[in-house]
Amino acid sequence: MTATLSPTPLPLLSNLPLARTAGWQYVLRLADNALILGQRNAEWCGHGPVLEEDIALANISLDLIGQARLLYARAGELEAELTGRARHEDDYAYWRGEREFRNWTLLELPHSGPLAGTASSDRDYAVTIVRNFLYSALMVELWSALAGSRDAGLAAIASKSIKEARYHLHHGADWLVRLGDGTELSHERTQRALDHLLPYMNECFVPDPVEQEAAAQGIAVPTAELRPAWQATVEQTVAEATLTLPAATGFVSTGKQGLHSEHMSYLLAQMQSLARAHPGAHW
Amino acid sequence: MHADSDADSHADSHANGHPDTRLHAVHADADAQARAARAWTVLDAVPDPEIPVVSIRDLGILREVAIADDGALEIVITPTYSGCPAMAEIAEDIGRALDQADLGPWKIRTVLAPAWTTDWITAEGRDKLRAYGIAPPARCADQGAPTRLVRFVPRHRAPGDTGATNATGARVATGAAGATGAVGATGARATDNVTCPHCGSPDTEPLSQFGSTACKALYRCRACREPFDYFKPY
Repeated sequence: MTATLSPTPLPLLSNLPLARTAGWQYVLRLADNALILGQRNAEWCGHGPVLEEDIALANISLDLIGQARLLYARAGELEAELTGRARHEDDYAYWRGEREFRNWTLLELPHSGPLAGTASSDRDYAVTIVRNFLYSALMVELWSALAGSRDAGLAAIASKSIKEARYHLHHGADWLVRLGDGTELSHERTQRALDHLLPYMNECFVPDPVEQEAAAQGIAVPTAELRPAWQATVEQTVAEATLTLPAATGFVSTGKQGLHSEHMSYLLAQMQSLARAHPGAHW
Repeated sequence: MHADSDADSHADSHANGHPDTRLHAVHADADAQARAARAWTVLDAVPDPEIPVVSIRDLGILREVAIADDGALEIVITPTYSGCPAMAEIAEDIGRALDQADLGPWKIRTVLAPAWTTDWITAEGRDKLRAYGIAPPARCADQGAPTRLVRFVPRHRAPGDTGATNATGARVATGAAGATGAVGATGARATDNVTCPHCGSPDTEPLSQFGSTACKALYRCRACREPFDYFKPY
């Protein structure tokens, strides 16, 4: 990823001023976050380390994909207000290209650790747990704040999602302690996962024009304001898990600008290929 | 990801939970009232697809029955969890029940706000759940649940812990070292006081926060040793 790349304008709306599209773009980001992590976690379905965790990950995915559906429905309404043409949740999920997805890069990374050579390397449950923990610790704060959004549709979705995010945080924190303060091997792998993933959280807190405009309109909340609360949860749990919080400054990923890691296209290929091979199919 | 075509999938903050706005849509005549009342009775018999022992009314999924301006019955439902896969089936079941009762045209509206909570499960519904072997949820309003984290007890805390060991070898915390509840064989702490629906013992432990459906956790009774589902406070 180099500085010469620039974000791709979203189709149809590139000629509209940001003041009009910011709310829609912001909701779409939240939807993409939920969908992409839901898709990733669903990869454990049938492959969980123990039966309870297999079921837990499937349940968490179900919540996330449910949140994504609600958010895409809201995005579709907002888009229709701009263009007169509504897109359906399936249009957003299955018929957009990589550069049109605006999820945080953290959420598209594979379950394998940093030393893996390819996207298809072995899954590491420590990576799964650390990511879910970091994400849901933030989403508990973000959904709480968004419950007061001026966008009534988004506020309603946030009020539901917070309850689910709390359970996801319980699960992630629980297992972070169990793995971090577990065996020598589980500790080492969890520490490695934390070292690998924490830098990707910077993206969540870096302000950008879409978030700033949506926040100015009362639709969004500047995520940077939530950082202290998130940091407190992370520090407390990481300490309890006997792990070390790495320094994670400098690196900022760019998924929310549409510039993704090399792993994103593989994820989309798997998620979208069936819908694209059989357009309009129902079952 | 196919939305049910009858169900409007976003919140309408006006028409939900405010009886006086609802009244605008209700014809004052007695026939309409009787029809709506009959629809309530019919829908009270529609079971939840995943927990058929309780009705959609018991669970608080069915929020309102009104007569819309065009004369159709308007059924307002709310999803439990965002990803509840049963919503489409519930809508189908509602339509089938209304058709069978010959109640005339109807439409279903799905609302999100206010968000569904397990506090809306009726007293009768809670009894039915318990009789079915599912522990009913603690009240969210009472305890602010589920904000406290369920935690495995860190090993490094063990030496200073004054917890005793029970017959199964599980450490049982006695309130020292910041413990907030019993520590079970899984090492997990219970934050809710869950009573076994089989034997009534309060000596239970969580096995997994996620059970057979999104709305349930898996618990085990330490008295009768039976595992059971716990309907999570939401």
